Amino acid sequence: MSLSDDLLLNIKAIYARAYVRMKGLTREPHWSIAEVTIPLLSLSAYVYLYITLGAYEYMAFVIVGGAMLAFWSNVLWGMSAQLYWEKDTGMLQHYMLAPASRMAILVGMAVGGMINTTIRSLSILAIGTLLFPVSYALNDPVTLLLVFLLTVIALYGMGMLFASLFLLYGREASHIADLLQEPIYLLSGIYYPVISSNIFPNALKIIASMIPLTLGIDAIRLILITGKGIGDVTLHVTVLAVLAVALPVLARIALRKMEDVSKRQGRLLLRWQ
Amino acid sequence: MSAVDVIDVTRVFDSKGKKVIALDGINLSISKGEILGLLGSNGAGKTTLIKILATLLLPTSGSSYVYGYDVVKDAKSVRRIINLVSGGETPGYGLLSVKENLWFFSQLYGLRNSDARRVIDTLINDMELEQYRDTRVHKLSTGYKQRLNLARGFINDPMLLLLDEPTLGLDVINARHIRTYIKRWIRDDPSRSILLTTHYLAEAEEVCDKIAIIYRGKIIAYESPDVLKRSLTDSSVVEIKLVNVGKDIDMDSILSRHGLVYEILNGVDDIMHHYTNTNNNSNSNSNEVYGGDGVRIRLVLDDESMIPSIVESLVSKGLKVSSVSKSTPTLEDVYIRYIKRYDP
Repeated sequence: MSLSDDLLLNIKAIYARAYVRMKGLTREPHWSIAEVTIPLLSLSAYVYLYITLGAYEYMAFVIVGGAMLAFWSNVLWGMSAQLYWEKDTGMLQHYMLAPASRMAILVGMAVGGMINTTIRSLSILAIGTLLFPVSYALNDPVTLLLVFLLTVIALYGMGMLFASLFLLYGREASHIADLLQEPIYLLSGIYYPVISSNIFPNALKIIASMIPLTLGIDAIRLILITGKGIGDVTLHVTVLAVLAVALPVLARIALRKMEDVSKRQGRLLLRWQ
Repeated sequence: MSAVDVIDVTRVFDSKGKKVIALDGINLSISKGEILGLLGSNGAGKTTLIKILATLLLPTSGSSYVYGYDVVKDAKSVRRIINLVSGGETPGYGLLSVKENLWFFSQLYGLRNSDARRVIDTLINDMELEQYRDTRVHKLSTGYKQRLNLARGFINDPMLLLLDEPTLGLDVINARHIRTYIKRWIRDDPSRSILLTTHYLAEAEEVCDKIAIIYRGKIIAYESPDVLKRSLTDSSVVEIKLVNVGKDIDMDSILSRHGLVYEILNGVDDIMHHYTNTNNNSNSNSNEVYGGDGVRIRLVLDDESMIPSIVESLVSKGLKVSSVSKSTPTLEDVYIRYIKRYDP
């Protein structure tokens, strides 16, 4: 089979896997309603807190953070733990058996997740903006789009990396996901500014910057709320671009390692291992 | 070129520091157009061999080839020409319909959409899934889920189909449909081949051209069903029917090596017995019998002259013998005989 045939096969696999994700959104609309409503309730609590404190300028921060939080939840539960769930349901074996690359399957999951979550995230942003008296000062929509795309690609790259690692850790996957959830909420500044403030010491800020969500939220807030442009978020864009390349590459390496270990140890055979 | 060549394949698992030999120097080949049945008890190594041929598991040593492709070095080429269907496995995503799931799998094999549509229509028709075409998979019954699963196995028109207990847990109609279909599939294109594992020996006898019996990771018999059955021509298969077998009668102890009958039954190669529900001899003492059931004992004897002494010993235990008849050997008899040779 030629390289172009191989490429076509993997593009078809990506599309097919993304299609499954997107069908899930339309087949079970109540899931989407819950996934929009629950984050709105969480962010509303923070908005009311800032209103109570008279810190009105943070309301838009919270709404943007709440909208981006949808991506983290999806990356953690819809990507990182996904291969593990696929193994439990027996679908992983079908993937391992097919000639399409496993990376194509993961990319398909990521693309489907990105599309679904972007719809949810925009819904949260739109409803939050309608519910609360917030205003935006967007001057550089191109940079906003660039930052958003880089953030999402880096985030899903991280999800793809975790997917392989979670599979290796087997049934501990859900515990790992639980463990990762709250620290990321804390470090990534979903409901408060992190990079552009002095809440955390610099060392912690650097660590937090390794999480694409932190940099992404910070840059999007700067562009969308305070009217900044590409010159003000160059470092954000650079680091996000590096993460957007490095994380999928690391995911590919981890996936190969996972497959090799599984085939040697027979882990793919046993659903509950 | 054979469809499958397995050469001296060994697979050792490391289970909590303990080495478990799942396959121990297996050699076998499957010719094109052949259905090979792989029989063995649970844990004998059947599924391990299938997973190695399916490129899901690496052998510890040895080599395997599928239509000339090395399953380790040319795994990708192998995946294009094989498929695997296991009994009881998930046929796809529950939220998707039958048609959507088949389309989804077709894309993992790179089928063009027009080809995929044609293949899906054919498979839905062949598997008699028309009325469920747009039904979500989670709403299908077990039998129809397995039909869909089988359809998935044919989606890439494989050269080698690996069937791991494909009729597990299915009713007679669904199991029969699947058996009929796989026989027809091979007949339609004799360059195809199938490796089938099953616990249903009648199924293996019906569909397989050749049988390999695997026991503790080794192939202990490898012939056509007829040749294997002929291997029992020096033996006699006898069925003894007993009625009114009291609860306190422990057939196992009578017929086992530790029971009284053991000495009398010296020369009995193998014993199978099971309880049937066909006897209507329940009477006022039915509480003392197996719910009015009878017992049928099937014996493979090296020497027919043993029959009177066996009957005598059963009668001496108070059992009523209703009939003694000779029977033709079945694959089940052969299987048990081979297994008993290695695990007396």
